[in-house]
Amino acid sequence: MITLTSVAKSYSSEVAIGPVDLTIPAGGITALVGPNGAGKSTLLTMIGRLLAMDEGAIEVAGLDIATTPSKDLAKIVSILRQENHFVARLTVRQLVGFGRFPYSRGRLTLGDEEIVSRSIDFLGMGELEGRYLDELSGGQRQRAYVAMVLAQDTDCLLLDEPLNNLDMQHSVQMMHHLRRAATELGRTIVIVLHDVNFASHYADRICAIKDGRIVHVGLPEEIMRGDVLTEIFDTPVDVVDGPRGRLAVYY
Amino acid sequence: MTESLTDLPPAVTSPAAPVRARVPKSRLFTWPLLAGLAATAGLVALSLFVGVYDILGAEDGAEMFAITRIPRTIALVLAGAAMAMSGMVMQQLTQNRFVEPSTAGTTEWAGLGLLLIMIVMPEAPLLVKMTGAVLTAFVGTMVFFGFLRRVTLRSSIIVPIVGMMLGAVVGAVSTFIALSTDMLQSMGVWFLGSFTSVLQGQYEPLWAVVIVVVAVFVAADRFTVAGLGQDVATNVGLNYNRVVLLGTGLIAAATGIVTVVVGNLPFLGLIVPNIVSLFRGDDLRSNLPWVCLLGIWVVTVCDIIGRVIVMPFEVPVATILAVLGAVVFILLLLRARRRG
Repeated sequence: MITLTSVAKSYSSEVAIGPVDLTIPAGGITALVGPNGAGKSTLLTMIGRLLAMDEGAIEVAGLDIATTPSKDLAKIVSILRQENHFVARLTVRQLVGFGRFPYSRGRLTLGDEEIVSRSIDFLGMGELEGRYLDELSGGQRQRAYVAMVLAQDTDCLLLDEPLNNLDMQHSVQMMHHLRRAATELGRTIVIVLHDVNFASHYADRICAIKDGRIVHVGLPEEIMRGDVLTEIFDTPVDVVDGPRGRLAVYY
Repeated sequence: MTESLTDLPPAVTSPAAPVRARVPKSRLFTWPLLAGLAATAGLVALSLFVGVYDILGAEDGAEMFAITRIPRTIALVLAGAAMAMSGMVMQQLTQNRFVEPSTAGTTEWAGLGLLLIMIVMPEAPLLVKMTGAVLTAFVGTMVFFGFLRRVTLRSSIIVPIVGMMLGAVVGAVSTFIALSTDMLQSMGVWFLGSFTSVLQGQYEPLWAVVIVVVAVFVAADRFTVAGLGQDVATNVGLNYNRVVLLGTGLIAAATGIVTVVVGNLPFLGLIVPNIVSLFRGDDLRSNLPWVCLLGIWVVTVCDIIGRVIVMPFEVPVATILAVLGAVVFILLLLRARRRG
């Protein structure tokens, strides 16, 4: 479970986040949606203690992220940011191996190697594990990064727009893998998504953010309504019944 | 409590097949590495017997051998390994392939420290000079890193340019101080990397770099993780700032010590890690033996060329390294451009 209590962060008098109060229950996928610059990523980065907040408190699985040692948090929550440009030439397996760093500090045990293998297989990267990251396509590289945070074996997984730059097929595959991680492995996944249709189809809960504040939290069917989405995104949105569920149409 | 990957039977997480036994071999002494060690031994032997003085024929050959050849060769090995490793660590910490002590201003700062000590305490022992050089090298490298963190640079090629500019400014300050204290000539001699003056009884403080080499081996994984960026490092629970501080300390120590004993060895830390990375990727720990060996080869070969090319005189190793390094640097730039 993740609890945010009056979390606030201000950049300038015009750009500010919060105060935000939010409780994300354990298990399942929670999608953060909202317009550009609403503060979705900032909020996620603060939960993942990569960015300090100005006010308020965040607890992950009962631990205050401001006071818990970073080393211990690394076994409870993992975060993958949107931009990952690694200059280092590492193979997929070497990269995923560093997901075990919180446990082994670099010297992988046999148990670590087994978890690394399983994470790689979980994302269907078995064939590619010996390849260097710069030899992979964008979709494969993204899967390797997710395999790394999965190998970290944390209850909470925070992902910032993992579908960025992925085509239809790879986006669907990625969401499929994440859905399985939530259902089969019981992980709590918080994910920033751009496309509300993806959120509606794969997430258990949707949390809408606008101008640094939470404007709606609810089940997908509660958020997937024309008037609600129009208000969130400031653009006319219609919700229609498609062959595989509700669809937001906005162009 | 939720289930985790650890508790799950393999069948759940990989439905296709049981988890393959594919733990990569972690043996340190592989055949290629043994071959590399043998090649190093060969080069070391060659370095011991190349020179103007007839070691085997002359009456005091054995004595000369002990006074100059052995210290010189040991210095080549130590300086080569230490500077190559410093370059590698520096490239990880800055996430930039073009950074090494001589493209980040570190060497110039070490030179400034050495000069100041020589002015304030002309009779200071080598150890004091080294301490001064290490301290200024540390400060200078922190200035460079601090600048990099504050300014977002659009292109990776700008980073070494900023470093070299910083180095040029510090070098100019050194030159000015040296001019006004009539030290220019001795500074030039000190600074130009050369193993000619490495003699028994003078070079021994260079052994201190062994500590640096060992420390890099121990902290190798931390440096690789730091090389993935502050966010990834923090995510896996690594104290990024502490690792940067440790790395800077090690780089400054190696650069300061080598600068005082041998002089400036330009581009060594650039050539070696890049070639190793090309063949073996960037897993620091498994690369380190190769970085050491290649560093030793490059310096030794350059030094032997310098000894032979204008016999009976010598060309400083720094001159040959600079030519070689410039060529590799340009090749890297072209490669970076082609890859976008």
